[in-house]
Parts: sequence; structure tokens; C-alpha cells
Amino acid sequence: MTLALNGVTKEFNRRSIFRDVSFSLGSGESLAITGRNGSGKSTLVKIVCGLLSPTRGTIEYVHDGKMIEGEDVRNHIGLVSPYLQLYDEFSGMENLELLSAIRSDRTLEDGRIDEVLNDVGLWERRKDLLRTYSSGMKQRLKYAFAVVHRPDILILDEPTSNLDKDGIEMVTRRVREQQKSAILIVATNDADEATWCSKKVELGTHR
Amino acid sequence: MKFVKYGSIILITFILIAGIAIPLSPTPHSWLQFPVIPGLEEKARNILFHVPIAWTTVVAFLVGTYYGFRYLKTKDIEYDIKSVSSAGLGFLFCFLATITGALWAKFSWGSFWNWDPRETSIFILLLIYGAYFALRSALDTDEKRATLSAVYSIIAGITVPFFIFVMPRILSGLHPGAKGDPDGAGPVVQLKMSPNMLVIFLLGLLGFTLLYVWLLNIRVRLAKLEYKRSIDQS
Amino acid sequence: MSAFTSTFALVRKDVHSELRTRYALNALIMFVVTAVATILFALRSDQPTSSVLSGLYWVVVFFTAMSGLSRTFVSEEERGTTMTLQLVASPSTVYFAKLIFNTALTFSMTIAVTILYMAVFSNAFVIKTLSIFIGTVVLGSLGFASASTIIAAIVAKANTRGTLYPVLSFPILIVLLMTVMGATTKALDGEDLSTALGDFQILVGYFLAMTGGSYLLFDYVWKD
Ligand SMILES: Nc1ncnc2c1ncn2[C@@H]1O[C@H](COP(=O)(O)OP(=O)(O)OP(=O)(O)O)[C@@H](O)[C@H]1O
Ligand SMILES: [Mg+2]
Repeated sequence: MTLALNGVTKEFNRRSIFRDVSFSLGSGESLAITGRNGSGKSTLVKIVCGLLSPTRGTIEYVHDGKMIEGEDVRNHIGLVSPYLQLYDEFSGMENLELLSAIRSDRTLEDGRIDEVLNDVGLWERRKDLLRTYSSGMKQRLKYAFAVVHRPDILILDEPTSNLDKDGIEMVTRRVREQQKSAILIVATNDADEATWCSKKVELGTHR
Repeated sequence: MKFVKYGSIILITFILIAGIAIPLSPTPHSWLQFPVIPGLEEKARNILFHVPIAWTTVVAFLVGTYYGFRYLKTKDIEYDIKSVSSAGLGFLFCFLATITGALWAKFSWGSFWNWDPRETSIFILLLIYGAYFALRSALDTDEKRATLSAVYSIIAGITVPFFIFVMPRILSGLHPGAKGDPDGAGPVVQLKMSPNMLVIFLLGLLGFTLLYVWLLNIRVRLAKLEYKRSIDQS
Repeated sequence: MSAFTSTFALVRKDVHSELRTRYALNALIMFVVTAVATILFALRSDQPTSSVLSGLYWVVVFFTAMSGLSRTFVSEEERGTTMTLQLVASPSTVYFAKLIFNTALTFSMTIAVTILYMAVFSNAFVIKTLSIFIGTVVLGSLGFASASTIIAAIVAKANTRGTLYPVLSFPILIVLLMTVMGATTKALDGEDLSTALGDFQILVGYFLAMTGGSYLLFDYVWKD
């Protein structure tokens, strides 16, 4: 899997947030996106996920030598982001089941959902409604949702917000595993978290 | 544009004078006489203003929708500027068509509003324009505003052909040519208009269309300047 | 095939979610009951004509729909789950799932209004030509749901959702409303099925044009 951004520019209301961002990542590579608040880290993350279209520039995803187009892209992506919410009226388990069923292009092997729930430490609370979860538990469930389909590109926006020491350890374990064979992108303000990655893009420097 | 500008000024001045000054005669035999159309008499003169204005409303709507469509395809904000400028003019002309129509209706049919198919259609068009601008003011980024208002105008455009089929089926009409039109209350444009009236009528259509093109051009230029200025400021 | 399974998985999610939260259902039920009660007070012992009754029937359906059908998109937007859906489903999956869900809601709504009307106006609201009535309600609900779905998707992205929804919907729905009101009157007057075939054609055409147009335009609305 390779991911390449060429000259990506994003404007909101005629104001450019960032200009000409280019990078390319292959399997096993990782990238840290840094920059002050409001520099456009989350915006760039959304563009990489295909949730937002860039004002100018292109994004290419290549898998096994073939370009992946349009709708197939999302099956290769896992995202953890403060903007991403799961369904309050369902339990953690139900959330993963329903969302995986909707993403029916990739069928999960038996027990995969149990496995990730165990991994993020929510097994005991899997049948409780999300409404009753603490913010850290919700953040953990977002990890479960992001990795349940074994994505080739894992993107973490503010990866450790609301997490305790245990949770942070869970994240670093995930990060190391992802780095073995797939692509990892981390958008963060934290210098420590940025050191997880081999490459770095700093936004908000052109002004 | 010079041609459009002076063309529209000259044509509209001409039909204003001709439409009001040319006398009616029961047996017209010169180019400077209009026929008396039973049931309309002097009121027939309004056809030279009301119909071209209503026609321009429809043109403005179609042009606005077309530019909205172009915006969706290209994401070039210039098309949104053109689209919204045309919609603004369409709203204005729609308003004028409603007023000229209501006045005419008062004197021909006895009340300002009768829910005849074409009156209903123009009313719905007013509502569509109202909704279009309400939607635009409720969206906060330029891109969203342009995209969603373009989608809305296309969706509204989809329903327009249905007016043409549905309205006459359901509402009995009073307009010339409609089923419920009592005999003689109005001319079917092609049939009862005398040749000189028809020429002035067609010139009126052309004149108002040119006026629309000219106004659209001014509005688009103005909107582009404002757009540029707001970029420079930020 | 996977598009079908995705769509139905999303419909299932919406149904489950609706059964738990009652976001739309409560609003719809309360609205139907209040509206019919108000009409009943207003008419008292008057014997309304069939055209008045069929007009009032669809007025209730229209305003009830305006109170509840936008929830499908607005609730996703308000809770911030739009992005989650975008990550797991394609726009066409989302569109058809929401359309199916809204169609089901509209059907249950018209059934509820019909039963209430038959109970409350037992003398005046007598369906004499059942075939016209069923055809009108089924085809009318389809067109209704189709137009309300795309408008709901647009409104969910705006910031004054509540008031905007009826404002945007009414001009789009008015053609449909006029047709179904006319056809319902025919059903109440006991006219022959053949008199309503033209109306049915319009309703089918409206549904197909609206759904086709929405399907093609939905990408632009759904993705930021
Ligand atoms: N939908 C939007 N409409 C208008 N402006 C937006 C929108 N989304 C983001 N912005 C603007 O884009 C800029 C970048 O926002 P973004 O959320 O990407 O910042 P960030 O780098 O993630 O900040 P933080 O460190 O606080 O998370 C901000 O100035 C924000 O105001
Ligand atoms: Mg951010």
C-alpha cells in the first residue's frame, strides 16, 4: 500500500488553511502531522480519509500495484478522531457489529470483534450502552472501531486524548503493530507522540 | 454588451410607447391600430409587458439552475456567482410578473388572485426563490452554500415539468388558451393577435430578455468585485 | 450484492436506533393526534365535503412529515456520526437506506392518519373506491418520502434546521400534494378507477424523477 499527496491545498471561505502539502508513504512508514491549534491538522486528516475534498491537489492510493478509486478507499482506512462519534444508543459491542455489517465489503473473521474489544480493554463493559461510557472508554472504543477491519492506513488524530496510562500503553502497542506492515499517520500537538513516526509534516509554517 | 445594453433600452422604450399609444380599433386596417379583443379591450395592452416579464422569470430560473449545475461539475465559484445573480433577477422579475398579473386579473377577472394554473405556478416559483435564498442564508461556508443551493435549484427544477401537466388537470384556468377560459375573455396569443401586435409582442420578449442579460452582466461583475475585495481583506 | 447487504444493515441500524430513542416516532405520533384533534374541534358537527376532508388528510400528513422525517439526517449530523457513516458506507448506500426508512415512516404515518380519520369522521370519510385510495396513498407516500429525504439531507447541513425544512419542502411537494388531494377526493366520491389513472401516472413519474435526481445529486450533499 502506498499513499501519495501532491500539492494539496485547502481553503475554507476563501482563506487557505494550508498550501501545497505533499508527501508519500509506503507500507511500514509512518508520518507525524504537527502544527499549532487551528493549523489544519484535522482538516488534512479528513482529506486523507476522503471525507473532505481538497481545494486543489490530488491524493493517490495504490494497493498491490493498483490505484484504488473513490468508494473503495474507505475500506482501507481506519480513523480515530475527536470528530468521529459512535452511536450513543447502542452498546460497544452493537456499535462494532452494526458498523461492520454496514461496511459489508470486508467480512470479518469469527471472533474478530471480541478480539479487538479485549484488546482495548472494554470486554467487561461491552454490553453497556455507549451513553454510560466515560470519555476515555469512548476513546478506546474508537480504537476498536478503527482497527476492526485491519486497515492498511491507520490515522490517529489526537491519539491519547482522555486516555489513562493503560490506555496510552494500548495505543503505543497498536502503533508499533501498525508500523510493522502498514501505514500510520498521527496528527498531534504532543512532541512525544510525534517521535513515534519516521516522517514529519509541519503545518502552519508558511505564514 | 453594448449591443445588449442599448438594444434593451431602445426596445423597451419602443414597446412602452407603442404599447400605450397605439389606438384600438374594432376594424383595424393600418399598422398603427390594434384590434379590439372582446373581453380585454384596453386591458389587452398589458400582454406586452406582463407576458415578457413572466417569460424572463422562467429564463432566469433556467439559467440560474444551469449555472448551479455547472458549479457542481467544476467547483468553480464563478458559476455560483452567476447562478445566484440570475436567481436574484429571477426573484425580481417573478415579483413584477406577480404584480402585473394581479392587477390585470383584478380588472379582467374581478379579483387580484384566482388560483388559476399559471398564477399558482408563478406563486410556487416565488416560494422556490424564497426557499432558495433562505437556504443560502443558513449555510456558513462558501462551498457549502454554493453546492447545496445548486442542488436545491436542480431538485426544484425537476418538479417544474410537473406543473405543466398537473396544474391544468386540477385547476380550471382563466388564462388565455386554458380549458376554463370563458369564450372571448382573452386572445390565444397566436390566433387573435393582429400582426402588428404580434411584432411588438415579440420585440417585447426580446427587449426584456436583453434587459435581463444586461442586468445579469452588471450583477455578476459587481459580485465578482465584492468577492475579490473580500479575498484581499482576509 | 454487498451494496444490498450494506443498505439493509443501515436500515436495520436506523430501525433499532429509532426503537430505542424514539427520535422521530414520538414526534410523528403526537403530531398526528394533535392535528386530527384540532381539526375535529374546528369542524365540530359540520359535515365536511369530500374535497375538504381529503385536503385536511394530506395537510395532516404534510405537517406530520415535516415534524419527523428530517430526523434521519439531522440526528446523524447533530450527534456527529455523519463522519462515521461516511467511513463505513458509500453515499448511495446511505441515500437508499434513508429513503427506505423514510418511506416506512411515511407509510405508517398515512396508515395511522387513515385509521384515525375513519374512526373520527365515520360518516364523511368513507372510502368508496378502495383501489384509488390505496394507489394514491402508496404512490403518494413514495413520492413524499423521496422528496423529504433529499431535502432532509440538505437541511441537515444548514444551521436553522427546524424552520428551514418545511420552507424548502413545500414548493417541491406542492405538485404532489395537489395530485394526491385530487385523487383522494375521487376515492371518497366513489369515482371509477379509470378516472385516477392520469393521477397515478403523475405520481409514478414524480417518484421516479425525484428519486433519480436525488440519487445523482446526493454525493454533493452528503460529502463536505
Ligand atoms: N467546516 C469548516 N468551516 C470553516 N472553517 C473551518 C472548518 N473546519 C475547519 N475550519 C478552520 O480550519 C482551520 C483548521 O482547523 P483544524 O480543525 O484542521 O485545526 P487543527 O490543526 O486540527 O487544530 P487543533 O490542534 O485544535 O486540533 C481552523 O482555523 C478552522 O477554523
Ligand atoms: Mg484537530
